[in-house]
Amino acid sequence: MDLKLKIWRQKNAAAKGKIVDYDISEVSSDMSFLEMLDVLNRELTEKGDEPVSFDHDCREGICGSCSLQINGRPHGPDGGTTTCQLHMRKFKNGDSIVIEPFRAKAFPIVKDLIIDRSAFDRVQHAGAFISVNTSGNTQDANSTPINKGNADHAFDAASCIGCGACVAACKNASAMLFVSAKVSQYALLPQGQVEREMRVTDMVSQMDEEGFGACTNTGACEAECPKGISITNIARMNREFIGSNLKS
Amino acid sequence: MSTMSFISSSIGKKVAMSLSAFFLISFLLLHVAINLLSVVSAEMYNEASHFMGTNPIIQLVMQPILIFGVLFHFTMGFVLEFQNKSARPIKYEMKNEKGNSSWISRNMIYSGLVILAFLGLHFYDFWIPEIKYKYIEFQAPDEHRYFAELVHKFEDPMRVGFYAISFILLMMHLLHGFQSAFQSLGVNNKFTPGIKKMAWAFSVAVPLAFVFIALFHHLRH
Repeated sequence: MDLKLKIWRQKNAAAKGKIVDYDISEVSSDMSFLEMLDVLNRELTEKGDEPVSFDHDCREGICGSCSLQINGRPHGPDGGTTTCQLHMRKFKNGDSIVIEPFRAKAFPIVKDLIIDRSAFDRVQHAGAFISVNTSGNTQDANSTPINKGNADHAFDAASCIGCGACVAACKNASAMLFVSAKVSQYALLPQGQVEREMRVTDMVSQMDEEGFGACTNTGACEAECPKGISITNIARMNREFIGSNLKS
Repeated sequence: MSTMSFISSSIGKKVAMSLSAFFLISFLLLHVAINLLSVVSAEMYNEASHFMGTNPIIQLVMQPILIFGVLFHFTMGFVLEFQNKSARPIKYEMKNEKGNSSWISRNMIYSGLVILAFLGLHFYDFWIPEIKYKYIEFQAPDEHRYFAELVHKFEDPMRVGFYAISFILLMMHLLHGFQSAFQSLGVNNKFTPGIKKMAWAFSVAVPLAFVFIALFHHLRH
């Protein structure tokens, strides 16, 4: 198929970016979206032009590296998939595709479609951990009973890959789905109880400091999340935060 | 964490918005109940209005709390809107939000602004003359004047039209805001489907009742 690509190009963080049009032909419907960009980059390189920079790593929907706002939606038109799992069969011959980076003040653009998502790392460093003595006498995990419901909810929350689609989709560039998934996965497990109150206050405080917006419960994050993280986690984080503040 | 730190956090602001919303929603229920009395009986409406207008606890305690609640909800709404807008300084070239969220949920600020404009008219129509009557001109209490004043206001079709449009916008605001307030307070559990149905019924019924009252008096008198 032949496609018209409209791609955000930006030389570096300080430069002014703009949309640049590219025509690409003979794209196979079996290609992934990133493979289509690989083909474009090969053509650009052969012509002596600067290839388009974009984030990618595992290309299996696990690592959370790929991003891209495709035709106005994070990770493109297909639900429950990351950009690397998106196939060109989802597009038609002659389609025009607008490709932009995820946009948020907390995710500054590094180059073209690459964004700096280290704000997520800093939020995690603020509290997404448990204190475990690993000096040779670590308990077997199975010696701590956990009810099935909590184990399942914690596992679901832990499936967040931290890609940032929730921030990209939210009209407020809010990171609450991401942060609430991290808060939930520990709050639901016995191992996470020691730092429970400190965790939520510190992570929310760091989230606010990074410049993410507040949640207005539109549900866009849940709808666009490639891992199907539920906004019930946001409600849990709100409860944790309120409870933590009432106790302190 | 201090109270100020809590309120200044993103979750604290949402909690404050939710609590003020619940307070305003409870007032709305009381308001529509009293207004519906005007459809049933002029005498009953006058009696209820006179009680509300002269009871010292309502006048000197509840009324200032209500005014504070209204101002707080609007001010916090504007603060949140400004902060949320600044979280994405460069806009997308292309947006496709229809598939992931409702128009109503994305545009609460605009429905809120129409409600604010309506409140301006409502204060001009009812609250300011009431304050003037009681606390500036010190006129003698007249427990029979309320129904006639209400009917007089609904004579103007333009006012009735703006009134109806405002309440449709209030309906839209409530359709997202009421159930959303529960989520902001951390309530999302097995009762949530029932809460959403109750919130939907309230959000549709109460504004339509206000519109019905306005049309009833406009067409009848």
